[in-house]
Amino acid sequence: MSPISNIQPLQWADLATLAPELTLVIAAILLSLLDLFLPRKINRDVLGVLSLVSVLVSLAFVISKMVSMGASADPAFTAHAIQLLGQSYRVDDFANVFKIIFLSGTALILFMSLGSIREDEIQHKGEYYYLLLPAVLGAMIMASSGDLITLYVGLELLSITSYILVGMKKNDLKSNESAFKYIVLGSISSAFILYGMSFLYGMSGTTNLAGIAQMLSQHLVDFKVLIYVSFFLMFAGFAFKVAAAPFHVWAPDVYQGAPTPVTAFLAVVSKAAGFAILFRIFYNVFFPLGSEEYTYMRGDLTLSVLIVAALAMLIGNTAALRQRNVKRLLALSGVANAGYLLVPIGSFNLSNFSEFGFYLIAYLFMNIGALAVVMIVSRSSGNDEVSSFAGLYYRAPFTAVAMTIFILSFAGIPLTGGFMGKLFIALGAAQAKDYWIIAVMIITSVISLYYYFGIARQMYMRSIGEAFPIRIPAPLGITVWICAIATLFLGVMPNVIVDFINHYFSISFDLFIQMGS
Amino acid sequence: MANIPILTLITLSPLLGILILLFTPANKNRLIKTIGIATTFIPFILVIWMFLAYDYSEKGVAFEENLRWIHMPLNTEAYQGQVSSYFIQFNYHLAMDGISLLLVLLTAIVGVMAAFASVHIKKRWKTYFILFLLLEVGMFGVFMARDLFLFFLFFEVTLVATYFLIGIWGYVGREKAANKFLIYNGLGSALMLIAFTLLIATAGFQVDQSVAGQTHLSYSGDLATILQNLIQPSESSVVLSAGMQKTIFILLLVAFGIKLPIFPFHTWMLKVHNEAPPAVVMIHSGVLLKMGAYGLIRFGLFLFPQQTESWATVLAILGVINIIYGAVLALVQKEFKLVLAYSSISHMGVVLLGLSALNEIGLKGAMFQMISHGLISALFFLLVGSLYERTHTTRLDELGGLARSMPFMSGILLIAGLASLGLPGLSGFVGEFLSFLGLFSEMKVIAVVGTLGIILGAVYVLRGVLGITYGPMEDRYIGIRDARLIEAIPMMALTAFIVLLGVYPTIIIDPLQHSFEQFLQLIKVGG
Repeated sequence: MSPISNIQPLQWADLATLAPELTLVIAAILLSLLDLFLPRKINRDVLGVLSLVSVLVSLAFVISKMVSMGASADPAFTAHAIQLLGQSYRVDDFANVFKIIFLSGTALILFMSLGSIREDEIQHKGEYYYLLLPAVLGAMIMASSGDLITLYVGLELLSITSYILVGMKKNDLKSNESAFKYIVLGSISSAFILYGMSFLYGMSGTTNLAGIAQMLSQHLVDFKVLIYVSFFLMFAGFAFKVAAAPFHVWAPDVYQGAPTPVTAFLAVVSKAAGFAILFRIFYNVFFPLGSEEYTYMRGDLTLSVLIVAALAMLIGNTAALRQRNVKRLLALSGVANAGYLLVPIGSFNLSNFSEFGFYLIAYLFMNIGALAVVMIVSRSSGNDEVSSFAGLYYRAPFTAVAMTIFILSFAGIPLTGGFMGKLFIALGAAQAKDYWIIAVMIITSVISLYYYFGIARQMYMRSIGEAFPIRIPAPLGITVWICAIATLFLGVMPNVIVDFINHYFSISFDLFIQMGS
Repeated sequence: MANIPILTLITLSPLLGILILLFTPANKNRLIKTIGIATTFIPFILVIWMFLAYDYSEKGVAFEENLRWIHMPLNTEAYQGQVSSYFIQFNYHLAMDGISLLLVLLTAIVGVMAAFASVHIKKRWKTYFILFLLLEVGMFGVFMARDLFLFFLFFEVTLVATYFLIGIWGYVGREKAANKFLIYNGLGSALMLIAFTLLIATAGFQVDQSVAGQTHLSYSGDLATILQNLIQPSESSVVLSAGMQKTIFILLLVAFGIKLPIFPFHTWMLKVHNEAPPAVVMIHSGVLLKMGAYGLIRFGLFLFPQQTESWATVLAILGVINIIYGAVLALVQKEFKLVLAYSSISHMGVVLLGLSALNEIGLKGAMFQMISHGLISALFFLLVGSLYERTHTTRLDELGGLARSMPFMSGILLIAGLASLGLPGLSGFVGEFLSFLGLFSEMKVIAVVGTLGIILGAVYVLRGVLGITYGPMEDRYIGIRDARLIEAIPMMALTAFIVLLGVYPTIIIDPLQHSFEQFLQLIKVGG
């Protein structure tokens, strides 16, 4: 099969399939024009509301598509995945689950920004609001791509808009510095990924993931070393994007320098997008490799994923012990969480996608919630040090309680989504008999108890001189409580999400790309 | 009667108080204290009722509640239609047997008494009582849960609640003490969670083909299922290798050993005894330490009888180290709270000794010692709380002669001391006697060395108690008053329980009639 024959133009009928993406494209263009022509005195929160609406419309399209594509177990329904543009773009439940996560995360971030972003944090709010749209679009393209080129286009769309978003505080030197670091390091990591991809193309002569997988498995003997080289190059690049140690050094600086809602976007959507391509490429291209003779190869590759996971947990959690700045602390906790999320990818068991998806959703809520609280606190204190949480219980008791829920979830205490997610991942690893990684996971979360509870200590056990109440903008407060309730819900009724994923997701149709289907 | 979910009522009744407290204005401190104390009476009355209704002669569990809770589907594609369902199952499963009954009773009693002792709390009563009642929910749950997931959940509830209770309302070094508590116990919980994960993924695996043509695969956290698969594996159950069994057993031993605490994991509990508010120490020393011993019995001994047997000597030696180490260090402490802390280490060593005997007398002795020590240390810290209110110190070198100004409290203190050193007629004696008796028939030398601890015990207890009550009194203590009524009531109640157990030990021994039967049989078969 020659790859050339696969090229096919976009059909009119395909546009319906692409409705979620097109909504965002159109909204982004219209909103940027609107920003240009609207008089200065009009509050740019209007744009925020409009982009929130477009994200929600897109989300509705994704969900309706997902439902209409039918359940994984439905025997009457065989078209589990829709492939467009010669298999380079695919709409399947793997992508749909990720898209739901991206879009709900972005929706929460947009909502909490309404009316609560101060002038000194982001001067040009309009830009901020409409730039989030192409960013999330990039993430969606990454989740949906079945081809290296499409994938890279999505990756760069996300990366470049993120570089701009990080540098939104134009007059703040620290923010400029972090944006610059992010551009330089981000481009290097993209180069790594591209270099790794070029090996794949060189070995197989195609950029289509299914095609690459087929060619590589046929010519495994010839390319053994090159496969390792390309795997490690790409893994290094992906590990940078998801901020997994030892490729995480950028994260604390960038998270601290970026405006807080952008930090939330990087921590949740951008990270999740990195995982989407990592998951897809590893399972389609690398992990199926190995006939009887070369099974050790898969062992090597999965082991290296687990080693990076273990490093991320160890380094993230121990480095966070010394942090006094909440955003840096959350960046390092994000490194550790990237480690937890890598475990289901590296330890193969049949349900690893639901484990992964569940934890990602739990992580989304606790992280956005925690950063929303950081926004509330830093609005009143003017900084985001851990000490600015002192006496929060007296100043804003409900917010303090919500933050406690997020802390407990991060630290892995039962009745929260974070605990259920970790337990689910640990049980999955136990099914795959990767016992050592369970030990690393659970022991490192003991280390994390110390710094998470450090925040609780500030909130409940310290106080500042006068306890004046904090004013909380309504959208911010509502976001905090949506996240808190969702975190508790995931902890008490985890089966709802797992049922949902398990109902639609099928390994053979949704994760693996079938040739020619 | 069978239709009333009595176990759930006991476990969750403190939540009712929490709910009422949430809507009580924070400045009405009398009302808050009344609600707090009143709420602890609900489970207390229910437990007493159950204690009376419990039929000891019947085998197995008398009360049980089992509801499906978490049912997480796993992917079945690889089985290509041969498997109807594949899932992870955690149940809300509570049950009551003799062991649980006694510890739940202890929790209910100490809970009420500690609520009374909480009148000395100086600030933020509303938050205090909410956390206090939450802690009670956790303790009841721990002793009744029969699902690994549920057990862990309640265990962590006690961890979080205690952390805040120490950290907010403790003495000067409270934050450090709370941190130390958190890290040590967090580590213990983590090891326990690793062990539980391994157990659920191996012994918790079940193949259900009861309905023809349907195969259901599941991982379950249900204790009965796991026990069944470990003790009498069927063809379909996963057989654990000896190495795996050993790993899990050691993980559980360390996890619960930190809580118990076994030397050298005890340093955290010294800090807690010294820095936490006395009402919380009553719960901590009275009940929370027993969770360690309970976990060791329920998960270590019962699930792994063979492992226990091969580790019995080690357990006994650890017990003796605890006894002697605790007793010797209690001798030289200048702070009365630390004398009591080290004496707790010493007494929990006796529990370990009793367990390591692996015979009926020893096991019952260990249980008796747990209950008795729970009551005695609760009484001690009740007194410490009232004493500190009056003298603002509990250092032995700054106290003395208090019998003159407060004869009632001094008398109670003396009784507590005598109970603690093991005077016949009081509860401390029976537990120690049975534990040593049990061990003596198995390991004579260790038992003899252990009895040294009893002699030392008499010395350090009398040194502490007499140092406070007799001798010259400093002038500044002349005006202090004896116990108020609200302080005297729990003191007398606890004293009454201690005397009752001392003169009528069958109250405790009877419910344990059948508790250890299965375990002892398995040991006999294995040995």
